[in-house]
Amino acid sequence: MTTSREISRDGLWGNNVALVQLLGLCPLLAVTSTVVNGIGLGIATLITLVLSNTIVSLIRGFVRKEVRLPVFVLIIASVVTIIELSMQALFYDLYLVLGIFIPLIVTNCAIIGRAEGFASRNPVGPAALDGLMMGLGFLVVLALLGALREIIGFGTLFANAELMFGDGAQTLTIEFNKDYPGFLLAVLPPGAFFGLAVLIVAKNWLDLRPREKQEIIEPAPETA
Amino acid sequence: MITISRRQILISGIFLWLFAVAGTTLVTLTEYSSREAIIENERQLLLRNLYALLPRDKLDNDIAEDILELPASPLLGTDTASIVYRARLAGEPVAAIFNSIAPNGYSGKIHLLVGVYDTGKLAGVRVVKHAETPGLGEAVEIRKSPWIKSFDGKSLTNPGPSGWQVKRDGGEFDQFTGATITPRAVVSAVRNTLLYYQQNVDMIFKQ
Repeated sequence: MTTSREISRDGLWGNNVALVQLLGLCPLLAVTSTVVNGIGLGIATLITLVLSNTIVSLIRGFVRKEVRLPVFVLIIASVVTIIELSMQALFYDLYLVLGIFIPLIVTNCAIIGRAEGFASRNPVGPAALDGLMMGLGFLVVLALLGALREIIGFGTLFANAELMFGDGAQTLTIEFNKDYPGFLLAVLPPGAFFGLAVLIVAKNWLDLRPREKQEIIEPAPETA
Repeated sequence: MITISRRQILISGIFLWLFAVAGTTLVTLTEYSSREAIIENERQLLLRNLYALLPRDKLDNDIAEDILELPASPLLGTDTASIVYRARLAGEPVAAIFNSIAPNGYSGKIHLLVGVYDTGKLAGVRVVKHAETPGLGEAVEIRKSPWIKSFDGKSLTNPGPSGWQVKRDGGEFDQFTGATITPRAVVSAVRNTLLYYQQNVDMIFKQ
């Protein structure tokens, strides 16, 4: 039995979709040229993960082994289509920015991975939490990578925030240097790979450091 | 070896079918309930784009509805039928807004809205869809650079034929640092649209 704490740790850090499982790289690398784009795709993926995990967990008692994968695919495809239509109706400007990436969520293996690997074997509560935490972990990486590429590539942060948060958010945009010439490499696809690599290195480095400390200085009893 | 009985196969099949029906139903219901909002959003976007080219007080007709389907034309860069929006004031022609395409962008087609007054002067040009390089050719977008406004008020005689090129080719229009192909494609597409207008003006406002 996994505790909610373990589920949260796993989703946000230990088994992070983007940094550890390296799943969903196609949308991840494609949209993260700015923070706002990253957050937009992150939210859409998060909602999909929570909904698909919940539904898969709810029906886990009835689904026969032979047909579970097609059923999962059906559920995920329906959820994504519904999100796409709702976004088109409610957040049209954001849809214009992210529209082509929404159908890509279907191809994000992380979603069917969580459905098969976790939701189909656990009760609804933990399954929904797992979707939420995995989604949050993915969202944070998307936002960080977006921030990294936007600062280096354009010299701005939160550009076009009004597309997502309404006109009031225009003031969120930070421009560091008016004359920044821009650094194209960070915006183009190679920049996405470099940026992701930097984030993975940073995570591994953070993972290794405290462990050494703990082992050497205080071999303290394990805390729950 | 695993054997699956006919009964199990049947149950699985029915199960899968039920899920297909449920999924399709949900998607259909969502589509049905969001359809009107989506159509309205698309219409608002279109109007926003059209009114960006033509001041509202210059026309009094419903420009998004006063349309004409134009057959594919090499001057418009289209290989299928395209739509032209007609602006009128008290029934008299004011301007036409074309959906034209610059087929030779750096990464594929650049879709344009080109507004032409009935005097043959350009009301304005906007890029509606493109896949040009971020940070370089992307500057044809109004959000990134005011360059596209350099077409405002231009016509086939101002500048003359040799002026309808980017500066590097001896014309009047700026290119961007590091990107000549994109503006070159847009300049020639705009000029071709003006030519198309000149040749077809009677047909466009006939009805």
